[in-house]
Amino acid sequence: MKIQSWGRLNTCDHDSKSLSNRFDLSSEITTDTNKIKTPALAYGMGRSYGDACLNPNGKLWLTNALNKLIHFDLLNGILECEAGVLLQDIQRLFVPRGWMLPVTPGTQMVTVGGAIANDVHGKNHHVFGSFSDSLINIQIYRTNGDIIDCSSRQNPQWFAATIGGIGLTGFIAKATIQLRPVKSPWLNTESIPYESLEEFFNLADSSEKDWEHTVSWIDCLSVTAKGLLSTSKTKARGIFMRGNHADISHLDLPSEKNSTMPFTPPVSLVNKLSLRLFNEAYYQMGKLKAGESVQHYEKFFYPLDNLQQWNRMYGPKGFYQYQCVIPREHGLLAIKELLAQINLSGSGSFLAVLKTFGNRPSLGMLSFARPGVTLALDFPNQNEKTLELFKTLDAIVKNAGGRIYLAKDARMPKEMFEHGYHQLGQFIPFRDPGISSAMSRRLMGF
Amino acid sequence: MTEELKNIVIIGATSLIAEHCTKLWAQNNQLENIILVGRTKLKLEALANDLSIRCPQTKISVIEIDFSNTKAIQETVDAICHNHRVDLVLIAHGALTNQIECQTNLNKILDAILVNASSHVLFAEAFASHMEKNNHGKLVIIGSVAGDRGRKSNYVYGAAKGFVTRYVQGLQHRLATTNVKVILVKPGPTDTPMTADLKSKGLALAPVEQVAKEIVKGVDKNKLLIYAPFKWKIIMLIIRHLPYFIFKKLDI
Repeated sequence: MKIQSWGRLNTCDHDSKSLSNRFDLSSEITTDTNKIKTPALAYGMGRSYGDACLNPNGKLWLTNALNKLIHFDLLNGILECEAGVLLQDIQRLFVPRGWMLPVTPGTQMVTVGGAIANDVHGKNHHVFGSFSDSLINIQIYRTNGDIIDCSSRQNPQWFAATIGGIGLTGFIAKATIQLRPVKSPWLNTESIPYESLEEFFNLADSSEKDWEHTVSWIDCLSVTAKGLLSTSKTKARGIFMRGNHADISHLDLPSEKNSTMPFTPPVSLVNKLSLRLFNEAYYQMGKLKAGESVQHYEKFFYPLDNLQQWNRMYGPKGFYQYQCVIPREHGLLAIKELLAQINLSGSGSFLAVLKTFGNRPSLGMLSFARPGVTLALDFPNQNEKTLELFKTLDAIVKNAGGRIYLAKDARMPKEMFEHGYHQLGQFIPFRDPGISSAMSRRLMGF
Repeated sequence: MTEELKNIVIIGATSLIAEHCTKLWAQNNQLENIILVGRTKLKLEALANDLSIRCPQTKISVIEIDFSNTKAIQETVDAICHNHRVDLVLIAHGALTNQIECQTNLNKILDAILVNASSHVLFAEAFASHMEKNNHGKLVIIGSVAGDRGRKSNYVYGAAKGFVTRYVQGLQHRLATTNVKVILVKPGPTDTPMTADLKSKGLALAPVEQVAKEIVKGVDKNKLLIYAPFKWKIIMLIIRHLPYFIFKKLDI
């Protein structure tokens, strides 16, 4: 089967096997060690951008039919489900009953297994941490036949290796998740335009206490290299957004309408010209519409889910996403430098996000989120030009003691990975020898 | 507008298309009963469990049955119809047949016909009599676009589904003057465990959520025939009418 990841950089052949029955998992996953010629990998929705979900010429265990809910405790909001269940499924089913996933990423079209394997984060990191912080328990199947139940108390090392472990420690079969109470599907939100990075950091810090969700759109072309040397405030414009869950019952629910990017345009719709125009327009619109409003959670959390297959807009060559996190003490300077370099290159995309993480470490050995500030930005694939730019960006991130998000990465060099993920040595012994991905071969050598 | 569904029966309930249709019906109606019929109890119970979380107000029951046992089928259907006023029956099971194996092993042909054709007809016939008597109910049967014209790559499966097509035509005719609706669904290749082999060969498959949505919509409108996704109506129109001298050159 031909499979692409979300970035659509390449198409590779896979031998796929659909897993539909959790009672047969043992026989499906267990592999005779002598026969491991082609290792396997679990594949959910294929929403990781780079090669974390790919296993070219190898085997893929498809999890989309492993979608059963197993148990729900309405009183305490505890859900047990198979790993192929979509976050969207959980949200739509339980929000009307007063419960919601504490942490979800910018799309709800991912599986529970994928959310665990990438230990995804949301807009409320300073309150609820990453996805795995809300896990009560998970179960993994190893290719040697072992079935391991783990949590932060039971087999904690297995747990720490598996969350954020990009599927390499075993097949994640099911999970028990602690949901959080919500009174309605609505949020009170506020958007505030900002014109410098200092202003952004002030907004982010001052919002932490009273706002659960914070995020910002940033104009990736608004910082010039000139500004780097001056001591005055760095011009960097964007729109800061914050939100809190509300108790509102009198509003009509929005009708479900979404559209699909119907085909892949022959060239990227995002280019130097369209980018400047769009950013200008988006900023000015944002400024006009700034202020308070009530928004449905789907619109506030997952704005891009409304345009299915939006990843096609970057044309047939696909795109990269660069997402890094920088420790707070170097945050301002490093973000300034990154944006200046991106501006100099004239590339990037209007899909650019700048947000701070709360002051809490992640549970997983290879989890991405950590205290600091994260910048995420798409780049249409322009081959060497893009890769050269990334080298420059890598150097800035590395100097600042930051790291790159595995769920987004398709190209970072091995040493960049080793530099950013200090617990790699602890992680390796937990790998399942029968499981491997394009990413693991690229970054870990097997 | 169509009336609200209360009691539905799903045969081959753990097939992914059936599963998604059931979820949609449960979402859109205040169902009183969902009766899941299938061949493996463990899988049926996992599904029943899932549905009971999704719709806590609905009673979910599970029936495990041998699809070749005519007596068991008759008794089961009689019991269901005795206990409930059935509003809708979906007959959805199936297994894609390996054509090459059929050409070398005649038993495979019998299996293919049982699981894709005769068992559908046995269930349909058993329900049809009750529905006719009640003058009420919808009988939805899943066939396939493969039944529209025999092709070398899967004519045993195609013949089984062609049999279902003719059967439904006849049943529709028989019940045309009653309130019973008999509906034939012809899905195109859909992304389910049944077609995993096709998928690994790189065939483009329709997402099962979309297929289920179109089926539920069509059933709601009491259509006689539903192609899902719709484009297969046009594709099969062309395939059916291709002159043989062109058709024989196609590698399909």
